[in-house]
Amino acid sequence: MPEPVLTLRGISKRFGAVQALKGFDLEVHPGEVVALVGDNGAGKSTAVKAIAGVNPPDEGVIEWQGRPVSISRPHDAQNLGIATVYQDLALCDNLDVVANLFLGRELRRFGVLDEVRMDQRARELLDTLSIRIPSVRIPVASLSGGQRQTVAIARSLIGAPKVVILDEPTAALGVEQTAEVLDLVERLRDQGLGTILISHNMVDVMAVADRIAVMRLGRNNGFFDKRSTTTEEIISAITGATDSAVTRRQARKREEER
Amino acid sequence: MSRDRRVQGPDDATQEPAPGALPAVDSRLLVREEGLKGYVGEFRRKLRSGELGSLPVVLAVIIIWTVFGSLDSTFLSAQNLSDLSQQIVGTGMIAVGIVFVLLLGEIDLSVGSVSGLCAAIFAVLNVLNGMNEWLALLIAVTSGAVVGLIQGFFFAKVGVPAFVVTLAGNLAWNGLMLQVLGTSGTVNIPAESIVAKLYSTVFHSPAAAYVTAAVGVGLFLAASLLDARRRRSARVPSRPVAEIALRTAVLAAIAFVTAYILNQYQGLPLALLIFLILLVLLDLVLRRTTYGRRIFAVGGNIEGARRAGISVPFVRMSVFSISGTMAAVGGIFLAGQIQSASQTSGGGNLLMNVIAAAVIGGTSLFGGRGSVWSALLGALVIGSIQSGMNIMGVSNAVQFMITGSVLLAAVVVDSLSRRSQKAAGRA
Ligand SMILES: Nc1ncnc2c1ncn2[C@@H]1O[C@H](COP(=O)(O)OP(=O)(O)OP(=O)(O)O)[C@@H](O)[C@H]1O
Ligand SMILES: [Mg+2]
Repeated sequence: MPEPVLTLRGISKRFGAVQALKGFDLEVHPGEVVALVGDNGAGKSTAVKAIAGVNPPDEGVIEWQGRPVSISRPHDAQNLGIATVYQDLALCDNLDVVANLFLGRELRRFGVLDEVRMDQRARELLDTLSIRIPSVRIPVASLSGGQRQTVAIARSLIGAPKVVILDEPTAALGVEQTAEVLDLVERLRDQGLGTILISHNMVDVMAVADRIAVMRLGRNNGFFDKRSTTTEEIISAITGATDSAVTRRQARKREEER
Repeated sequence: MSRDRRVQGPDDATQEPAPGALPAVDSRLLVREEGLKGYVGEFRRKLRSGELGSLPVVLAVIIIWTVFGSLDSTFLSAQNLSDLSQQIVGTGMIAVGIVFVLLLGEIDLSVGSVSGLCAAIFAVLNVLNGMNEWLALLIAVTSGAVVGLIQGFFFAKVGVPAFVVTLAGNLAWNGLMLQVLGTSGTVNIPAESIVAKLYSTVFHSPAAAYVTAAVGVGLFLAASLLDARRRRSARVPSRPVAEIALRTAVLAAIAFVTAYILNQYQGLPLALLIFLILLVLLDLVLRRTTYGRRIFAVGGNIEGARRAGISVPFVRMSVFSISGTMAAVGGIFLAGQIQSASQTSGGGNLLMNVIAAAVIGGTSLFGGRGSVWSALLGALVIGSIQSGMNIMGVSNAVQFMITGSVLLAAVVVDSLSRRSQKAAGRA
């Protein structure tokens, strides 16, 4: 396996009394999809925000292509080649699709915005991702939840990143759109990008992930190779139950209840 | 080209789109028809979904002019309209700064005091202390920028709500102005001073107004055609030539009628020319530069802007600095108008008027929506009401009540249009 493009070692983050992350480790290799799973409040989004420079960690080391780096602002992460799609999307409702796609890295020509080229590239990008929206010039406010999600994903790919982080990208999507996003994730892997996929949906995780990192109460709770693990094993790691026939049964029930 | 421009049909405007991506051609998405019919359709759809744009303010101007014009024929005389075009410049300049602040979804309550302070700084430096007038002007305008930056710092870096910072500033800068003016109280600005001339100079040659109108229309047409051509060659939707022709014709009609009226009296006032040039430039900054895009982004979604790598504190501080600068510039024009800087400069209903102008012009109080042209349109409404009531001899008491009601009406229109925009999924 090639050397990891992104490595986290011993990342900790406190929010007041809440220890959201404690000694968290993660490795992402090029051309690999790492699923990050864990119950609500396990710290997945906090880990993402630490990598993306939104909430820099209190302790720990982030290595990029083997070199320690400091990511203290979103720009630092973007410049390295880390693109993030947040759980809450964070699109600007008053701006149109093109403006949102290029927000923070607008194309310019003679010092002014190059709307024509942005329009053109937005269309190309949305076409290659087979994303369908009524018009690239309508405000994002008038898009449906799924369309907003696909716009947010497309936006992460504008800067030709090396690592893409998707925080629950399929949570709001219909059946077909979920399949399209998963296809998209596989396409990213084929292009040699490292992908971190956060999802509560074990079917999605098992469908596209190469490795699965389980989080529990802000800590690592095991890494699993997709080819040699089962959904049950992962669910017991998520819930903290040890691996026994009884807990597997409970886990199955819990899964059925979802 | 325009065939790609799909828009929601009027009847679907309030319908929630189906979850998930729509198929490439969704039956609910109507292709805008070519020609005039398409315009009417799109116009009606926009109205229904609350995108009123500058329509209410244009209606307001027409109504106000009709009412005052029928009550007293001197209102629509070339002389009165020419005077009006000069009188709105001071208010309009300050209102431009307010537009920037409103785009962030914030408010600046200090602009009145800041305008008075900067006028006083100029008057004391130049008139009382004999400093070079250009240098004094530069220092006065820079003071406005610095004052705005200080307020922006407390808002953006310390985290004090903007209306509190600027409310405190409103009092503090007024106090500083009184201090600067000192015992003299009022400083008269001589008619040959640059500040007085900035306001009072009029280009008497009729050519000045017509050439300005022609240049403006010509630049607009050229820019539109070039943009459309680039879009066509890049195969992205472009404005049809018919639409460009229509827009240019409307602009040309307004520009040349204005020029004609101005020439009926004395000609093109310098103050108006400066105001228009500034509006064009700041409009370019807002709509065509990265910086302008950032202002809109911060006004739309602060967290989204932050995560896109935009420095929100920088945008906020710079916008408050722009507001302070424009307050200074407006204050200079107002001082030139009355040819003095006094203890009452920047007081009275000036603050109300400039906020009213920005909002009446169509810039939303809720952030993220608006344009610098609303400063011109809004100042025109406020100025027309005041001028009309002055001609009619209406007392200050009644004028205040009417201006207050107009501001309330504008805010109501803004709130209602935001509500229907929300319902139509456009806010
Ligand atoms: N900005 C914040 N301030 C205070 N506490 C926070 C903040 N962000 C997260 N937390 C806390 O950190 C813990 C981890 O939250 P996080 O959002 O990372 O969970 P998650 O794994 O993403 O959960 P979910 O599956 O619900 O998205 C939670 O206990 C949460 O309350
Ligand atoms: Mg989360």
